[in-house]
This record gives sequence, structure tokens and C-alpha cells, in this order.
Amino acid sequence: MKVSEQWLREWVDPDLSSIELAAQLTMAGLEVDHLEPAAPAFEQVVAGRVVEVVPHPDADRLRVATVDVGQTTPLHIVCGAPNVAVGMCAPTALIGAVLPGGLAIKKSRLRGVESQGMLCSAKELGLAESSDGLLPLPADSQPGQSVRELLGLDDAIIEIELTPNRGDCLGMEGVAREVAVLNRCDFQPLAVETMQPALDVAFPVTLLDPADCPRYVGRVIRGVDPTAETPLWMKERLRRAGIRSLGPLVDVTNYVMLELGQPMHAFDLNRLTGGIEVRRARPGDRLELLNGVVIEPDVETLLITDHQGPLALAGIMGGEISSCTDATRDVFLESAFFAPASIAGRARRYGLQTDSSYRFERGVDPQLQHRAAERATRLLIDMAGGQPGPIIEAVSPEHLPTEPAIRLWPTRIRKLLGMEIPRIQVEDILRRLGMVVVTEVDHWLVVPPSSRFDIALEADLIEEIIRVYGYDRAPANRPLTRLEMPAQPEEQLGLERLRETLVQRGFQEAITYSFVDPIFQKHLDPECKPLALANPISADLAVMRTSLWPGLLKALIYNQKRQQSRVRLFEQGLNFLPNRERLRQELFLGGVAAGPVLPEQWNAPARILDFFDLKADVEALLALTGELGAFQFVAATHPALHPGQSARIERSGEPMGWIGALHPQVARALDVEGDVFVFELRLAGLQAARLPVFQELSRFPVSRRDLAIVVDENVTAQAVQNHIRQRGGPLLREVWLFDVYRGKGIAEGRKSLAFGLNLQDFSRNLTDSMVDETVSGIIAGLTEQFGATLRI
Amino acid sequence: MDALPELLQTAQTAIAGASDLAALDQVRVHYLGKKGALTERLKELGKLPPEERRQAGQAINEAKQALETALAARKIELEAIALDARLASEALDVTLPGRGQRPGGYHPLSRTLTRIEELFIRVGFTIAEGPEVEDDFRNFEALNIPLHHPARAMHDTFYFDAHTLLRTHTSPVQIRVMETQPPPVRIIAPGRVYRCDSDVTHSPMFHQVEGLLVDEEVSFADLKGVLDDFLRSFFERDLAVRFRPSYFPFTEPSAEVDIACVICSGDGCRVCKQSGWLEVLGCGMVHPAVFDKVGIDSEHYTGYAFGMGVERLTMLRYGVNDLRLFFDNDLRFLQQFQ
Repeated sequence: MKVSEQWLREWVDPDLSSIELAAQLTMAGLEVDHLEPAAPAFEQVVAGRVVEVVPHPDADRLRVATVDVGQTTPLHIVCGAPNVAVGMCAPTALIGAVLPGGLAIKKSRLRGVESQGMLCSAKELGLAESSDGLLPLPADSQPGQSVRELLGLDDAIIEIELTPNRGDCLGMEGVAREVAVLNRCDFQPLAVETMQPALDVAFPVTLLDPADCPRYVGRVIRGVDPTAETPLWMKERLRRAGIRSLGPLVDVTNYVMLELGQPMHAFDLNRLTGGIEVRRARPGDRLELLNGVVIEPDVETLLITDHQGPLALAGIMGGEISSCTDATRDVFLESAFFAPASIAGRARRYGLQTDSSYRFERGVDPQLQHRAAERATRLLIDMAGGQPGPIIEAVSPEHLPTEPAIRLWPTRIRKLLGMEIPRIQVEDILRRLGMVVVTEVDHWLVVPPSSRFDIALEADLIEEIIRVYGYDRAPANRPLTRLEMPAQPEEQLGLERLRETLVQRGFQEAITYSFVDPIFQKHLDPECKPLALANPISADLAVMRTSLWPGLLKALIYNQKRQQSRVRLFEQGLNFLPNRERLRQELFLGGVAAGPVLPEQWNAPARILDFFDLKADVEALLALTGELGAFQFVAATHPALHPGQSARIERSGEPMGWIGALHPQVARALDVEGDVFVFELRLAGLQAARLPVFQELSRFPVSRRDLAIVVDENVTAQAVQNHIRQRGGPLLREVWLFDVYRGKGIAEGRKSLAFGLNLQDFSRNLTDSMVDETVSGIIAGLTEQFGATLRI
Repeated sequence: MDALPELLQTAQTAIAGASDLAALDQVRVHYLGKKGALTERLKELGKLPPEERRQAGQAINEAKQALETALAARKIELEAIALDARLASEALDVTLPGRGQRPGGYHPLSRTLTRIEELFIRVGFTIAEGPEVEDDFRNFEALNIPLHHPARAMHDTFYFDAHTLLRTHTSPVQIRVMETQPPPVRIIAPGRVYRCDSDVTHSPMFHQVEGLLVDEEVSFADLKGVLDDFLRSFFERDLAVRFRPSYFPFTEPSAEVDIACVICSGDGCRVCKQSGWLEVLGCGMVHPAVFDKVGIDSEHYTGYAFGMGVERLTMLRYGVNDLRLFFDNDLRFLQQFQ
């Protein structure tokens, strides 16, 4: 809502500067977005009356005007405007004037003729985007009068960004009331004259859906002068509100909308048939709108029709067929109340947002229609003549909104706000806001004005009170609370430690979009049909991720394209897993890594990351549970991963993630450079952690034995180690793999695995023979189980 | 045979001249070893007349002691020299960088989220979470935003079907918590939210932190207090904070919270659009209609709720000037927040 400060001050004129007024509105919940001058700066532009126009002797398109600017001698000004004519008044820039944009007016010669100033268009004064001639000033303007003064240009535009609850401030009257309340000024609503009908013409109006339109006020006005012009003052007010002048009929409806907040419409009476019907659309209805678009409204849409068919989208936009034209002499004015629910959402459905729908959606005062119709009649007749018929009103009283009677308790004010507000001030604020306040024994009964759709509850009243009283006057209390120790389950691993571990191991956290490129998604999780957005923001952000990999790989590629050869990224977040009828939204932790293991540095070989580097990172995460042994890396294939370098991660047999090298074909399809390794873990599977339980320490020394065995290639290290552990019995404390060897001395298809074994007892020193016995048991087992031989 | 004084003199010179421990040991053997010069002298004492023996023996012993003292002193000297030499040879260029893995870092939004969470946890809030694919009821209806409410138009919602959407704010977590937990409730709900809007100042995905406190005696003054405190703690500055009336369907009264611009300290700059103020939060007292939807008696309980944009707070805190940087995941950007 753009408010002309000048116009506002005609209603209510508090002793505040423009900036103070804007700040006051902002602090009352009417946020001022912009405060700007109504016209750019210029000086020395005055009204000039053209007394003579002669052709330029040397130029076909120029003329020489003699202009009276109130000085003893008139000025001779060369002018190219098509509309320059004897008798007209136009803005005249005198020698020495500087126009917006920096044009300085000097005495000059144009094709040999001296020009002593410049006649100006609206555009040249910064009052319009474009102009097709001089700006005509009122014919009775005093030559020499400053144009700024004449047009009241020393005005400010206060642009208020209204919240959806304040439909009442979508008219000057509402804003003025608000300013009056804030400054405790007197406020008088606009006095509107009742126009006596000069004609006895009835035009029937029928409300077929009275819940959607409980009141419709109309009036016939005949004999309007189609050549009449909108007066400059009205054009200026419309301009300052951001509305283009389109001739008296449309301008009057727009002006009343700005003034009172009532959207109106003017139909060409002679293009209407029979009478007005307000009804929901029916199948087969078609309507060409004023903007040229033809719509077939659905049955939830409210229409204004005549006996032949649709005329307008009620409360949103008029139709082409019934619109006023340059020849319209007889009009039918509409001033209706449409229920917010019947308009809300409809304009958007047709891709429209109009000044009218914007107001009806938020609520127009249901008591306003009669006043608005009278006001528009007065203005129109003053501007363009014509004779009014009687006011026609169709109303369904039981469907009109009723103002609630709300009980307000002082105790409740104190409880909700945490402060006392003197009762006398509470009553004053409410009454100034136009509410009826009845004092009962220990509370008030309050009835808000019909313009306030946002006040229905006690809390709404309390907001009004504190809003006007001042939010800044409410105290700020430090929290006083019952302290309660929250549960802190130790057998649950915090996400924080997992993330910290990755950070310490060189990973950088990323945050990627939850919606991903369907192509990436398909390559990385082809077996899952992802949840698709009905209205994605773009084609490459169209489906909900089922894996963190699409986003992370996109981030990897982004960095690779910027010469980052070493990238280690992780992300935590929800994956959206369609699962039959139900969607699972589950928290995952995933990572990608590519490039050298270590940042390039001195005295350390530049080695490219491999599977086992990333596995160590994942194992570091798993180890945080205190139960690394409960996890298994099971060789398994995944469509996005290298079949020989991928493992399903399981916890006690339960799948909980994947690790592997990106499949070379997938890498090529996605345009990823080099070998890329990825992992992803279901956090639910990682959360259970072991509560540590102390184990007795042995006082006796450890005996170490190393065991190098040769087995077939397809025997896994894990299987051998498990077997050793199992056969080792109670004396075997620890077993670990320390070497894998293939090549010279080992037969093709075989490999050597070397394990370190620590043996120890709790009650005695172990003798060599006791250790040997255990180790030979293990060897025998390995030979039997895996065909292992000792490596000599 | 030299006289004893001359012998001692020669020995002392040899000791002083020994340049390392091995040479020194040779000197020791030469004079004090089994066949050493002094040892030989002692052996020959018996050949002397008895009346001279005592005096000569004493002289030899004194010489021996003098040699031993000199040897020991020289040994300490030589050891010190050897140690110095070793240390000198082992000296490093300590300015060479350390080897090994270098830590990564957290995303700047994580930093901010953690910071916000920690501040509220310290005053007794706990963290609540909710799904991101949300139903229309909890995202809108239960928050007093019925179908076609003009406030919906501001939310530019991503839909899956007529009833399922991506949450447009973290406020549905309020509903989920109140549906399951009787008052008192004291939670914050951080998380991702989504709006179908993308330009220089809008990202289709961003983060919010929602707060909700419901109890028997909770007032607007309490809300002002907690947010005042939070903003000053978060920015570590004694900031001017102002509460400005506003409108949210799910709170009444509602407020926007502005802070004095942290860039220009309120003088007016590009970031605050010359106003000196920055809008950082929305908040208000829980609307009775919301309590009704979740079955909490609004006569008995009151509550406040607030919501803040994490990207905005992060940009102001660290001076980030482009929202889109947060989701490009450019390492050159991320590494600035280690």
C-alpha cells in the first residue's frame, strides 16, 4: 500500500516528520518498506500559459510558442510536442532550471531560433515512465506559479508492507484511523454525501450464492460525458499509489478503492442484458477477461453474470464484453462485499493478483458498500456529469459477517503480557480503534468494528492493546524455570562425536539439497523410485534423494572443476525412502573421497586414496560404538559401486550401510574425475553404543608369536582371523594381521597372510610348550579349514 | 726414568690433549693401567730402601690421584662436547610443516546451528526434531493457516500431492511435540525447510530454528527476555534489540525482532537498507487456536514460540554476502570456517 503523506495529513496531521511518522507506523505493525519523495527534485519550473504558437521557420516538426509565465514579457520557447496549443497551461522550465536527470535549461538556439526555456512533459519532470506530449496543467493555473506547489509535489510516498491480517489498512481511511489512534488524535471518517436519484431506473441484482456474496450494491448512472478528463489532482493521487489513469470511469473506481478500501467495478450498462446475477460458475461458462485471457472457470469460482452469461470474475477482474470504453455514456457501478473465503486462492488459480482480489481476500468492511457507491457517484458526476439512479442493494443479512462480542479480562492481559496496563488506557486504545467497549463488573465486553476481520479472540484484543501501547514498553524478563535434568543415555552415540571424528580425519562437512538431479539419482540408486516433487524448482532438483551420494558427488564435481584434486566431503541428513505405501525419512551419514590420501607435503609419498584408506575412516566411526567387532564388511555388489571393491556394512547381520569405489561406468556417466570412494551409514544402526565394563588386567607377561600362512586367494582375511580367534582359546588375547604377500615364493592363486598373536594368562607365566600347543592347534585348524600351509 | 713431576706433567698434557673419550682412555691405560707408567712405579717401590719407601709411595699416590681427578674432569668435558656435537648434528628446521592428515571442518551453517543449540540448551531447552516431508495439517491447518489463507501465498510450498508437502518452516515440530507431550514444553527444533523460490536472496532449501515454551505462567515479557539474551549472546555484543508488531497466524500477539545492524552499528548501510535495523526473528505468544488443535487448555497454559533463519544469522555473524555460497559446497568457502 503506497500512501501519499499529503493525502494522509488531510485526514490526520500529527506533529511528526515524515521519518518519524514512518517509524511510528513500523513500530505499530504497519511496516514501512520505503519512504521516498513523490517526485524527483527540480526547481524553477512554473505554470506557463501558451498564448501563441507559430511554425518554426526552419523545422517542420518544431514550433515556437509564446508562453506567459507571469513575467512582464512572455517567453519564446521552441517546442516539439504534438499537443502544444494556444490556451493550454503546461509546465515551463525557466532558464536556470535543472530537471530530473540533470538536464540544465539554458538560453539556446534551435535551428536559428532562440528558445528561452523549455515546455515539459510528465516524463521530463520524472512523473511518468513515458509521455506523448506536454503535461497539461489545469486551465485556470496562475502563470508563474511553481509547478511543485501546483501539483503538491513536495510529498512523500510511504510504502507500507501490510501483513495479511490488516485488510482494513488497504484504504487511506484505515491508515488514517491507525495514525490517529497512535497519536491520540481525533479521527473523523470521510463524510459521504447521499446522492438523490435523478432517474428512476432499476437494474435487478440477484444473489444466487449469498454465502459468497452477501451484499451487492449497484447504481445506474446515465449520460456520462465520454470525453471528460480525469482531473489532475486525482491522476496525481492515483499515480502516487502506483495506479495508471485510464479515464474517469475506471479512475473513480480505483480512487474510491484507495480512499475507502472498497474495490469497485464499472460496467457499460448498454452491454448488460436483463440484470445482474452473482453465482458460482457452471460447467460451460466462458469468460474473456480484461487482460484478454479467456478462462473456463471451475465451479468453485464466483462470477458476476447477466442474463446472457458471465461478465466478470467476482472480486478479481472484469470481463472484456461488459467493460467501459471511450464511448461509454451509461454505466452500472458495482460495490459488493465478497466473503474472503470465496475469493481467497481463486485469483492465484488463474494466475492473477489484482488490487481487488488482494483486498477481498483479506476482508473488505461489509458495511462499506453503500458509502463507497455514494462516494463514487459524487466523484464521477463532478468529473463527467451524468444522472444517478437509485442505489440498488441486494443483501442476505444472515450471511453477512457478524462482529463478535469478546470478553476481555484485565488478569488475562497481565498473564499474557507479563505487565500491567492501566485500565483507562486499555479502554482508550480500544475505543480509538473503533471498538465498542462495555465495562462489566470485572471485565470488558468488546465488539470490534466490521472492518477488522482479524479480531475474534481475547488474545487478538490483547495484541491490539500492546501494539498501540508499545511493544517496547513491555519488560524483558530473564527465564525463571523449574530446572530439570534431561535424560542422557550413555548407550546412545551422539551424532556430534561421529561428525567430529570425520572432521579430525580430514573431511569437510557439506550441506547439499535434499532434492536432487533425477539423472544422478538414477545412476546411484537405480532400483529405487524416488519421491518426485509435483512442482520442482528446476528439472535438476526434481526428486527427493534416497542417498546422500547424488548431492555429495555433485559437490565433488563442482570442486574438481575448480582444480581441487583432493576432496573429502561428508554430509548428514535425511534420505527419503519410498517403502511400499509409506515413506521412511531416515537420517544417514555419508561421505565421498577422491585424490591423494594426504594433502601434498614434504617427505611423504603422494599416494592416491584407496578402499582401505576410506575403510579406516569408516572403522573409526564404527569404533565409537565400542563394539567394532560387531560390524562386518561383507563383499557384496551395489549398482553404483565397483563389484570387486564394495562391501555391505552389517552390524550383527543387520545391513546398515555401504562402502566402495564408485563404479567406473557410473563415474564416467557423471563426469567424475579419477577414482572416487564413497560410504553411507544408517545412523539408527550406529546409535547403540556399548557401556564400557572394566576387564581385569593380567599381571603376567605377554608371549608373542607370529604366524605366516599361505592360503588360496578366495579365502578372506576376516575368515582366517575369525578362525584363529576361535581356535586360540582362552590364552589368545589379541590377533592382528600385519602383512599380506603375493609373488616370489608363493604359488600363483595363493597368498600369504601374516598374523601377530599375543598370548597371556591371568594366573601364571606361560611356558614355551603351552604357547606352542595353542599355536599348533591353530595351525592344524587352519590347514583343515582352509588348506593353509605354513610359509617357510 | 723421568722424575715423577715430569711424568705427571707429561700425563697432564696428554689428558688435556685427548680429543675424544677413546684417546682419553688410552691416556688412562698408559699411566694407570696394569702396565701403566705410574703402576710400574708403584711396583718398583719395593726396590727402594725402607726409609724412602713411605715418602716415595705417598708421592706416587698423590700423583695418581691428581691424574684420576684430571681424567674425570676431562671425561666430563669430552662427554659434554660429544653431546653438543650430537645435538648440533640432530638440529632440524623446525619451521618445516608437520606431516600427516589435516583436519577438515564443519559447514558454517552447522557452526551456527551448534551455537544456537548450545545457548538454548544451557537455559533448559531440549532439541526436538520432525520430518521434512510433512502433512498439510501440521504444516498449515494446525498452525491456524487454513486452505486459501493469504499467508499460504507467502509460503511458496513444494507439494508431492494435495496433502503432502515439504515443510515450509520448522513450526510443524511445535505441533508434533505438543501432540505427544503435555506441558511444560521447552524445546528448540532446528532443521531444513523448503520454499519454492530461488534467486539471489532466496534458496529453495534453508534452515530454521524453532523454539517453543509452554507452561502455566509464560508471558510476552518472558519471550522478550529470552530473545534479548539470545541475540546478545549469539553476537557477543550489547546489541540494541527491538520488538515490532507483526502477524503470524499461529501466534498472538506476534512480533518481528530487529537488531541494530551488526555491519554498521545502526548508522545505516547497504545490508540494513539504510534503516540501521536488521530483521532476524519472528515470534509471538502461541495462538489459542493452535492450543485447541493439539488439545492443550489455553485458559490454563500460555506459551511462546519463535523462529529464526539460520542462513541469515550466519551471514551476519561471519560477513557472508551471498546466500548461494552455502549450498555450492566450494571447498575454498567451506575451509574458511574450520
